[in-house]
Amino acid sequence: MTGIELFWAWVAAFLTLSIYSFLYRDNPFYKFAEHLVVGVSVGYIFTINWFQGLHPYLFDPLADSGDNPINLLRLIPAFLGLLFLLRISRKYNWLSRFTIALLMGINCGVAIPYTIETRIIQQTKASMINLIDQPSFWAGFCSVLILIGTVCTLIFFFFSKEHKGVLGGTARVGIVFLMVGFGASFGYTVMARISLLIGRLNFLINDWVLGTWDFICG
Amino acid sequence: MSFLRFLLRMDRRIVFVLVALAVVTPLIFPLNLPIEVTQPVRQLHSAIDRLPARSRPVLVSVDYDPSTVPELMPMTLAVLRHCFSKEIPVIVTTMLPAGAGLARDAMETVAREYPNLSYGTDYAYMGYKPGYSLVMLGIGEDFHQTYPSDGFGTPSSELPILKNVKNYDDIAMVVDFTASAAYEVWIMFAHQKYGCMVGAGVTAVMASDAYPYLNAGQLEGLLGGLSGAAEYEKLIDKPGDATVGMDAQSIAHILIIILIILGNIAYFATRREGNTTQTAARQQGASK
Repeated sequence: MTGIELFWAWVAAFLTLSIYSFLYRDNPFYKFAEHLVVGVSVGYIFTINWFQGLHPYLFDPLADSGDNPINLLRLIPAFLGLLFLLRISRKYNWLSRFTIALLMGINCGVAIPYTIETRIIQQTKASMINLIDQPSFWAGFCSVLILIGTVCTLIFFFFSKEHKGVLGGTARVGIVFLMVGFGASFGYTVMARISLLIGRLNFLINDWVLGTWDFICG
Repeated sequence: MSFLRFLLRMDRRIVFVLVALAVVTPLIFPLNLPIEVTQPVRQLHSAIDRLPARSRPVLVSVDYDPSTVPELMPMTLAVLRHCFSKEIPVIVTTMLPAGAGLARDAMETVAREYPNLSYGTDYAYMGYKPGYSLVMLGIGEDFHQTYPSDGFGTPSSELPILKNVKNYDDIAMVVDFTASAAYEVWIMFAHQKYGCMVGAGVTAVMASDAYPYLNAGQLEGLLGGLSGAAEYEKLIDKPGDATVGMDAQSIAHILIIILIILGNIAYFATRREGNTTQTAARQQGASK
């Protein structure tokens, strides 16, 4: 580890410990690190968008188009983008609605057919029982379980009739499936949070403590 | 009973210290607990393993920011190492501005381990381009129009790896590493619209939401969280950060399970005691 790498390891360690100090109680170190993260993130994202978005796709082609004529069509999205900035003007903020409407229209048009196909039609097909093509008894059993779970859970969310009798019993089975789903999500969430802690503690032990030790002791 | 009452009133900072100790101890003194490879991870590994060397490239999309690096970077590196070791061409891209540096870092880290492979021929970095859903659709129409240059400004037409890449038909597979719903958008456009195989590596929080796509065959394979990354590292026989972290993960999970069980015992026991005391007080009041 070089001297400059060690310096940044100390900066990162200081910021990590500042953030974790919130676990004890709110304090100025935590506030400093929190605000620094927000500021650096905004600055970084702006810079990336400037150099990897606006420059190669707007400024550079307009400034130098080579042998081809300048494509002035690029000015249209640039103008629509500028309209977004009028959100901060009380008098002209209505102009930004043109851009928002255009974006919403494009995104809805592009996404709705494939969202329905991906999230509804394909998922419905996958929840149907297919006992013929199953590779094993266990796969067939899981297929049946998925169908029961899907139907019972959907019935739980059917509120047009009181949950009594067969409907109530089916809805209760749906609750069991929902609880299993929530349990799985909770278990995965614990795993995710612990993973983040492992990442930071791994850095503190190996990069910061052992890195400093190695640097001092040669 | 006093111990159970202590558990219910315990300062949450004691739990934080216990969890920190449960994580730190295995990191200093590794236990080397066994890692079992699950089916979704094996599926992704097999899908990549089946691809022939020096053929159509795999598109790796690094769609996460530094907040989820501990979970997603190990799996990104593992999949890249797998592709590089098999000499499968790799195109690295990102749909997030904050992922640009991470994508480049991941590619360069693995590229240093394989000096026989060269930039432009065996791997390429396309950088970040705004408007992710339109970029995904654009790749399906014309890759070179969507990415006229790579992340370093070199025209795409000058990179041999991209010479035969016109659209998704020329891409063997898309593997998306994400902490957002980006993998769903890849499924929607790359898989549903253009029929390209899609694999995903997601944070553990999102893994349970991704399973229906795996079950429906819309995902070729799935890596969920640090354990998914560790399993992939085991399959390619290259232990990395995920394998190191799994001991700590397991011990922390055991601690949390114990705390949940103790918390529930304490809650129900004290509630029962409270009910008994209330009933006795009521009976006493009635007899008076």
